[in-house]
Amino acid sequence: MPPTSETRLPAVTEAFGTARDAAATALVLAQLDTLGRSGPILWVQDRLSAQEGGLPYTRGIAGIIGEDKPILRVAARTAAEALWAMEEGLECAALSAVIGEVWGTPRVLDFTASKRLALRSQRSGVPLWLLRPDAEPGLSVAPDRWHVSAALSTPNMLDSRAPGTPRWMADLFRSRRRPPGIWMVAHDRATHRLHLDAPLRDGAVGTGPQPIPAPDTRAVG
Amino acid sequence: MARWERVRSRSPRPTPAPWDDAPPDHGPETPFVLAVDGQHGPVIHAVSTAAADLGITTGTRVVDVRALCPDLVALPADLAGDAAALGRLTLWARRWCPWSASDGADGIVLDTTGSSHLWGGEAGMLTDMSARLGDLGQETRLAVAPTHGAAWALAHYGGTQEISHPDALRARLAALPVAALRLDGATLLTLRRLGLKRIGDLMAIPRATLNRRFGRDGKTLMTPLRRLDQALGHLPEPVVSAAPPRRYRQVQRLAEPILDPQPSLPGLMQMLCQDMARDGQGARAIRLDLYHVDGRVTGFEALTARASRDPAHLYRLMERRFETLDAGFGFDTIAVEATRIEHQSSAQARLDGGDDADVATATLIDRLSSRLGPQAVQCPAPRESHIPERAETWKPALRGGRADLLAPGGLGGGGMVAPARDRPVRLLQTPERIEVLYAVPEGPPVRFKWRRKPYLIRRHQGPERLSPEWWRAAASARLRDYYKVEVTDGARYWLFREGIAGDGRGADPDWFLHGLFA
Repeated sequence: MPPTSETRLPAVTEAFGTARDAAATALVLAQLDTLGRSGPILWVQDRLSAQEGGLPYTRGIAGIIGEDKPILRVAARTAAEALWAMEEGLECAALSAVIGEVWGTPRVLDFTASKRLALRSQRSGVPLWLLRPDAEPGLSVAPDRWHVSAALSTPNMLDSRAPGTPRWMADLFRSRRRPPGIWMVAHDRATHRLHLDAPLRDGAVGTGPQPIPAPDTRAVG
Repeated sequence: MARWERVRSRSPRPTPAPWDDAPPDHGPETPFVLAVDGQHGPVIHAVSTAAADLGITTGTRVVDVRALCPDLVALPADLAGDAAALGRLTLWARRWCPWSASDGADGIVLDTTGSSHLWGGEAGMLTDMSARLGDLGQETRLAVAPTHGAAWALAHYGGTQEISHPDALRARLAALPVAALRLDGATLLTLRRLGLKRIGDLMAIPRATLNRRFGRDGKTLMTPLRRLDQALGHLPEPVVSAAPPRRYRQVQRLAEPILDPQPSLPGLMQMLCQDMARDGQGARAIRLDLYHVDGRVTGFEALTARASRDPAHLYRLMERRFETLDAGFGFDTIAVEATRIEHQSSAQARLDGGDDADVATATLIDRLSSRLGPQAVQCPAPRESHIPERAETWKPALRGGRADLLAPGGLGGGGMVAPARDRPVRLLQTPERIEVLYAVPEGPPVRFKWRRKPYLIRRHQGPERLSPEWWRAAASARLRDYYKVEVTDGARYWLFREGIAGDGRGADPDWFLHGLFA
């Protein structure tokens, strides 16, 4: 069977967000395919993203991806070094995933750089997750591009004052696989699945005049 | 105190966090001792000059001395490290003569027969030794004598640099105390009770009498008579010199200087790897030396995450260095050497022809480290601790990092068990101080300001109280109350209050933001 256009897309995903919360990180971790591929995760950070957003904390990460997945961390100084380390990592098929974190919008991370990453990822089959804290979305070949922000968690059954299951507002603003959309995302730890709920289009009653939403004619899902 | 002990005590310690007390800073006038674990607590193993001036001796307990001298600084001694350093020093001492061995925990014995004339006689050799060892920071006591036993006695109980000739040996030894005969404590006690203080007293006693009195308790190798015979040369006591470790080095001398050394490297690497494969060894560190025509030497070094004897891989680690190589007038000699080797058994290739997964990971670590620096590629180093930033640190994957953790399923146990408590996904490198409005004295936080942006807390969970590690931290360390909070826009943070008001360990408690939750 000839490969369809769907399977030939590179496994590159970009997640934009602010460095002041971990929503984008959490969404990327929740989507990691932990069962399909074995081997360590290569986590590349440039200096600014480590300074602004901190380092990955394995104990908390194990709580999301469900199992203890070893992490190999690369502390790059500049964005160019981080891109080089990501390219080297994507050559190594023994990795289960490469997570690259580049703070802001550096000039080296342009369309050509993302094309190079995508080609390598396609050749070795290692998925690449680009975390872009505090970045402006520019040109990129990534088939899926998310904009992630934090959302209020669900009510906690055991303690009404405490936060419950975390949720995020995920905006898939560019995709070559499916129609874009906005979802309220929650992660089910037991089955390691994402639940995508469409948020309410109307505001709560009695909060004053709301802009009338355009009728949604596109069928989602 | 020997130099390696001092170097050990001076080695850099991890940078302290703001709430940890600074490590005790001791100048040369502070009494400073190294301690080993004894039967009833730590026992002093070595003392500094300042401590010796106060009358502190080795063998006393640290608590007893601390009662007399409260500002005593005591650190644990590293006996295995000392022995390894002495072994290296023993090999280095072969610059004076080819036959050397370590003698006890703090001595080196050299068989200088036929070597001293190279240094202008025995006195010249001793002067050179004391000068060079002095450059290393060592205080030395040197002696030359016809026998091993006599040299030991003169070095420990004679002058600082003494040379004893064979005809004067008997008279010189007779003046030394009996402890100079390398006897154990029980025998020395017996001799002291018998009133025999000098070796001369022992020499005056008939041999048969000495033989009858000592040596019945099974210690026939250390009787005074035997030791005396060894010191005087009546009994042989050969010095057993350890063979130097095998060096793996390949040198190519070129007939004509070349500007580009790259074409000759694969052949050299091939020969080096064949050498190592014959002995079942692999390289953990490899060094390339390029000898310029004008006498300069350029050296490159590369480390590997696991032992390797794959010539192509070792060559790739070196490859990048040639981009910035200044060839000058060319090179006439090229040498490659495996500077650190490790046992490596041969591995079988997989049936489908693929590489082993952990070999591929180790190769990746090597490539990344050779370009970004060994500090840049890190593995988690879990520790048994409940302080969050101490429980999990990042160590270089090349140097002693837990590379085995990267193997599939390598994380089982070892402190990396499933999180029993809710922990954040990201942890800030250092906790950042925040301004918090909270119900005094021990209430939950209501609003806070982080990086100049105000946040209003909607929900909170906590406190989770973490006490300082009293067995490690200073007595003034404060406890932490951790709260998981959710602010109005939904972001979840991990805050802690350091200390509680009125705990007598400082002013009002401070708040810190430590981590970001999913």
